Amino acid sequence: MDSDLSPQDKKDLDKFIKFFALKTVQVIVQARLGEKICTRSSSSPTGSDWFNLAIKDIPEVTHEAKKALAGQLPGIGRSMCVEISLKTSEGDSMELETWCLEMNEKCDKDIKVSYTVYNRLSLLLKSLLAITRVTPAYKLSRKQGHDYVILYRIYFGEVQLTGLGEGFQTVRVGIVGTPVGTITLSCAYRTNLAFMSSRQFERTAPIMGIIIDHFVDRPFANMGHMHPCNYRTAAEDEGVTYPGVEDSQEVCTTSFSTSPPSQCVCTVTKAHFQTPKSAVMDTLKVPIMGLAFSHQLYSSRLSYHPTALGSADLCYQPAYNATHQMVITGKEGGVPQAPVQPSHGIPADQARMPTCTPSGMTCHIPATPSSSGEEAETLSRSSEAKNNSPPDILETTFTRKVGAFVNKPANQVTTACLDLPFAAFAPKNFDFEENDLMVNPPDSPVVESPLQGSLHSDDSTGSSGPLQDDFVMLDFKPAFSKDDLLPIDLGTFYREFQNPPQLSSLSIDVSAQSMAEDLDTLPVKLALYEQKIDEFDAFVETLQ
Amino acid sequence: MNCRSEVLEVSVESRQVDEAMLALLHTILLHRSTGKFHYKKEGTYSIGTVGSQDIDCDYIDFAFVRVSSEELDRAMRKSVGEFKDALCNSGSDGVGQISLEFYQKKKSRWPFSDECIPWEVWSIKVNVVSLANEQERQICREKVGEKLGEKVINIVEVINRHEYLPKMPTQSEVDNVFDTSLKDVQPYLYKITYQITDSLGTSVSTTMRRLIKDTLAL
Repeated sequence: MDSDLSPQDKKDLDKFIKFFALKTVQVIVQARLGEKICTRSSSSPTGSDWFNLAIKDIPEVTHEAKKALAGQLPGIGRSMCVEISLKTSEGDSMELETWCLEMNEKCDKDIKVSYTVYNRLSLLLKSLLAITRVTPAYKLSRKQGHDYVILYRIYFGEVQLTGLGEGFQTVRVGIVGTPVGTITLSCAYRTNLAFMSSRQFERTAPIMGIIIDHFVDRPFANMGHMHPCNYRTAAEDEGVTYPGVEDSQEVCTTSFSTSPPSQCVCTVTKAHFQTPKSAVMDTLKVPIMGLAFSHQLYSSRLSYHPTALGSADLCYQPAYNATHQMVITGKEGGVPQAPVQPSHGIPADQARMPTCTPSGMTCHIPATPSSSGEEAETLSRSSEAKNNSPPDILETTFTRKVGAFVNKPANQVTTACLDLPFAAFAPKNFDFEENDLMVNPPDSPVVESPLQGSLHSDDSTGSSGPLQDDFVMLDFKPAFSKDDLLPIDLGTFYREFQNPPQLSSLSIDVSAQSMAEDLDTLPVKLALYEQKIDEFDAFVETLQ
Repeated sequence: MNCRSEVLEVSVESRQVDEAMLALLHTILLHRSTGKFHYKKEGTYSIGTVGSQDIDCDYIDFAFVRVSSEELDRAMRKSVGEFKDALCNSGSDGVGQISLEFYQKKKSRWPFSDECIPWEVWSIKVNVVSLANEQERQICREKVGEKLGEKVINIVEVINRHEYLPKMPTQSEVDNVFDTSLKDVQPYLYKITYQITDSLGTSVSTTMRRLIKDTLAL
């Protein structure tokens, strides 16, 4: 086969295929950045634009592609694949599409390498530009940011399409015949996106295990890296240096990898349990920052600055950690995330945080920096909560949130127990009933159960539902309604008259009496009206 | 030589006509444009670089890539605008066809003008629909977006068959194959024609008029 090809042609062909592969990866990843791409046409040839197309080279993408190729070229039986997947803020991931650059044995001996093959490869790249905007992942990638990010992974070898779910579609971008084989570029994309919604709220340990296994099972050592489709300029790349990282280009990849998966998970959870107070403080911080981070990530595609979670060399659990790092640290481009690091050590919380009602968190953020007394109170309550159900940091956070509107310490607690976020846990609301006579017992269960329900449901789902019940609780403590002069305040007034007393006419014994009386007096009244019938008639006349 | 002819059909709302046509025409032109040729002494030439640009449609859930060339975009918009006006003003049931034809010029002896020999014709049949309410429009946005996606895949499929393409010309012949009037890119020689079918069948006269105009153009 190769004997028909002159050495120069062979050399040219290899070069063309190599650069075609690199440009293919660039086009695909850039199409999934979530931004509109625009490159300028240039009438004067620069000599550096391969295939006469202006396609930017993102250095880390080129690096990843070269690493995956490891000096080889796509050939027969050796395909280069770019896998695009989606990762939600909760840690669920899903493969969206796999682009495959393959070669089959069908050779076209007569084709001219330096001319026809080159031009056809150029045409194929243009087709790739067009097709990358047509598959469903394009629209998803344009909307990435808050809730999910798009990751890419390059691997070399056999094509793996099992992660695309059932019923995946294939679209062929094009083919180019060469003297050594026919290059084929195609895309297999997922059509069934139902996977995401069913796994949205699963945040227990088995899910983390599955994610780890997901990457551990990959047979290829050099391709466990999932990378965000996020563009960094060369300048930003150079500015980033991390201790312990051998190659500055490795920053992106090694930051995603952490210490071996099992170890990593255990360390995380242990730290969590061993230092409850600090964990509480962390969770106090994280919601705020988490929200801020996610906003900023969405609005500005800043550089990703991974925190040094450990000796970052292995590629396990990359996407999980990576994405969280992505989501959380994207806030300040270039600022070392030292203060936030402890929270990064607890991805479990990160996994939960975003689902804990960003809207709720927004509400509570202003309240957060308030008095230390409040914090102390909350901490004490949270330790109380922790005693009730230790493994759930989320509970603590809810405590924190409910306490946001509590602006007075102990005396409030005694006078109006509804101020206590843990009113639900208090065995009886005695104080409550003493002060608020008119509040009926049926009222308090309504008040208590949402809170109880929310705190308990955290164990199971921890979804955003409970927070809406928290809002109900807040109504009982109206802001700015305290008046030291009057014994009664708006909240108490509201509670008092929320359920007004029964009308006397509706009470059974009274109504029964009145009925009997009415019946007795009826004949007398009738007789009276009969006497005065003329007067009534005259009155009616005047009305007409 | 046989002229390759491809027909694409779309049904769109009247406000979507411009974007739908631009999307398809630009996708075709992306594949049928090269960088500017710069001929060197030994009969070799170098080719400029073609840039690309993502365009989002406003009335359709769709995005496409076009060549980064304002001149080319302006020419397309002008043709598509004329087509849309004709389509909307014809008073017909809103069926029309716009054709993008790639041709080569063949020099003829005097007094005959150069022949234009098409080698590829893309015809886009448009059916304008009118919708009653916003909900239908929203559905139409998405549906037309999907349809255009399918059309792009069709276009790419045809182009990647690598059927006849004019030979790369020498410097003296380049104007017979390429449109060299643009500053930054060099599409193959093309022309855009359209015809509106209405109940009276006046479409024939429109086409004839254009054909005569083209033939007489020197």
